[in-house]
Amino acid sequence: MKYTPSRSSLLLAPALAWLTALMVVPCALVLALAFFRRGTYGGIEYTFTLENFGLVFDPLYAGIFLNSARIAGTATLIAVIIGYAAAYAIAAAPRRLQPVLLFFAVLPFWSNYLIRTYAWIVLLNREGLVTQLLRWFGYTGEPPSMLYTEGAVIAGLVYNYLPFVILACYAPLSRLNPELAEASRDLGASAVTTFRRVILPLTVPGIAAGAVFVFVLSIGNFVTPALLGGGRFQMIGNLVYDQFLTANDWPFGAALAMALIAIMLLVLMAQALLADRAAGRAAEAGGDADG
Amino acid sequence: MSEPRTLLQIDHVSKNFGRVTAVDGISLDIRENEFFALLGPSGCGKTTLLRMLAGFETPNDGRILLDGRDIARTPPNKRPVNLMFQSYALFPHMTVRANVSYGLEMEHLPAAEIRARVDAILTTTELVPFADRKPEQLSGGQKQRVALARALVKRPRLLLLDEPLGALDKKLRGAMQLELKRLQHEVGITFVIVTHDQEESLVMADRMAVLKDGKLLQCDTPHAVYEHPADRFVADFIGVMNFVPGKAMAGGVMAANGARITGKVPATLSPGAAAVASVRPERVRLFPEAQAANRISGTVEALAYQGLDLQLHVRTPLSPKPFLVRVTADAADRRPVSAGDTVELGWDAADVRIFKD
Repeated sequence: MKYTPSRSSLLLAPALAWLTALMVVPCALVLALAFFRRGTYGGIEYTFTLENFGLVFDPLYAGIFLNSARIAGTATLIAVIIGYAAAYAIAAAPRRLQPVLLFFAVLPFWSNYLIRTYAWIVLLNREGLVTQLLRWFGYTGEPPSMLYTEGAVIAGLVYNYLPFVILACYAPLSRLNPELAEASRDLGASAVTTFRRVILPLTVPGIAAGAVFVFVLSIGNFVTPALLGGGRFQMIGNLVYDQFLTANDWPFGAALAMALIAIMLLVLMAQALLADRAAGRAAEAGGDADG
Repeated sequence: MSEPRTLLQIDHVSKNFGRVTAVDGISLDIRENEFFALLGPSGCGKTTLLRMLAGFETPNDGRILLDGRDIARTPPNKRPVNLMFQSYALFPHMTVRANVSYGLEMEHLPAAEIRARVDAILTTTELVPFADRKPEQLSGGQKQRVALARALVKRPRLLLLDEPLGALDKKLRGAMQLELKRLQHEVGITFVIVTHDQEESLVMADRMAVLKDGKLLQCDTPHAVYEHPADRFVADFIGVMNFVPGKAMAGGVMAANGARITGKVPATLSPGAAAVASVRPERVRLFPEAQAANRISGTVEALAYQGLDLQLHVRTPLSPKPFLVRVTADAADRRPVSAGDTVELGWDAADVRIFKD
């Protein structure tokens, strides 16, 4: 069949229109907003300024950025370790069991994010399930304060985004030709060396994809820090939310949002670069085994 | 030549997966420096046996002695045995050189020695120009040589090859068969090759074992297996064979049409038992001389010209299938036959093999 670019590109039109109207235009508006001044009584004063961006680098706000990156980074690290292990176990399970295990891994996704996060409040609050469980085991002291801590925020983020990591890591792990690991063993490598030198390098693209997902979604998250972190300024998401809806400083909120988007883009670009480099070996890793 | 020494002794080895018995009490001796082939149809247990030799499967029963030491339970990274995988299993993220060095790095050898040994094997396998390439940049034949180099550089006591030529096209396969034999000679390592291709094992092996349903049917030189197959299955599996079904009788087999095929009847066959007489197509002569022990006339159904020789399909009353006859090209030129001709076939009693049916 002959390829007719004009006709088939028509199929792209609805998606493009949708993205332009609901993604590109609003982003451009927010970007424009960031260059204006805040009105004295809220609202916007349409005079050009770079002040808002300058304010982003104010130690107070830069500190929140760093704090967000640290929390998101910790959540990412934990999610990758747990998720990779789970994906490895699923890929090693009998073929017919794998879809079932994957289904259970992503099952929490089918419920609402907010409800899942509220469930953690039920678990972690001072008289929550965890405390009761401790009591049941004979613990009599003060109930531990788990809710409204950084740990609770990290736990919530890990829990919510773990399925992404499992799915992202499962893909390259399940495609990996099992004879590669056997070949490594055959050539004298221990199981640990085989993992370090053969399995891990060949599944890095999956890890990177999963990690970026968790990091990008975590660093901009505001529901989890708001509910599990006790609503204090812990992460940028809350800060942006607050600028728009509480402080009524839209231009500064917009500048913060743009800075956040810039960070995300940088992370995504780094990942794309890594994936590009690994594309060749990932394609080969499937092997040409016909057995 | 010195007395052949036994390198590997497979002693009553069995392996079952659940209720399926993949290898059923096989005993085999493999000698130092020989090119040994494990041959059989798919599902015969040859790959399972090979994986037990490599250490990826543990036998349920029996011993595997390498140089007299039982290695049946030794993990794959602790035995002086290397396997060349059917898929080659080259590490896609490493260059050819890194792939070949990998096994020596695992032995923690000095860098200079690794380099020297890798260089030497890359030269032997003519891979020097490709040393810095990744596997994806290699052709099938080059990948195969890398897989071979990667295993050989370890200087194993035993090299196992799982269908090493399966992924290559026919012409390349022929060249690689000879290449493998040459290499084996050069490095002086015992090769055990698994194949389902009987032609391949005839060409390459010093000795071969024919397996079926997890059992060993015959173990001998290709010549002995071809000329004196142990049973009907082996006779049919190796090469091409004409079969005449009938009943055993003194001095031969009585065919269904009452004709008698003269040949040596094995002692295990009692007269009247279902038996099959067989003869190779190249042992059957067209227009035989009067004293040929076995004669039959038939109609030429088809001719297949194969360059070196001509294959005739001759319909005879002896068997439901047409008789296959191979005639050399110059014999065919001297006395041409064409489809529809009635021809006389004959063969000697010494060329007849009789089996239980």
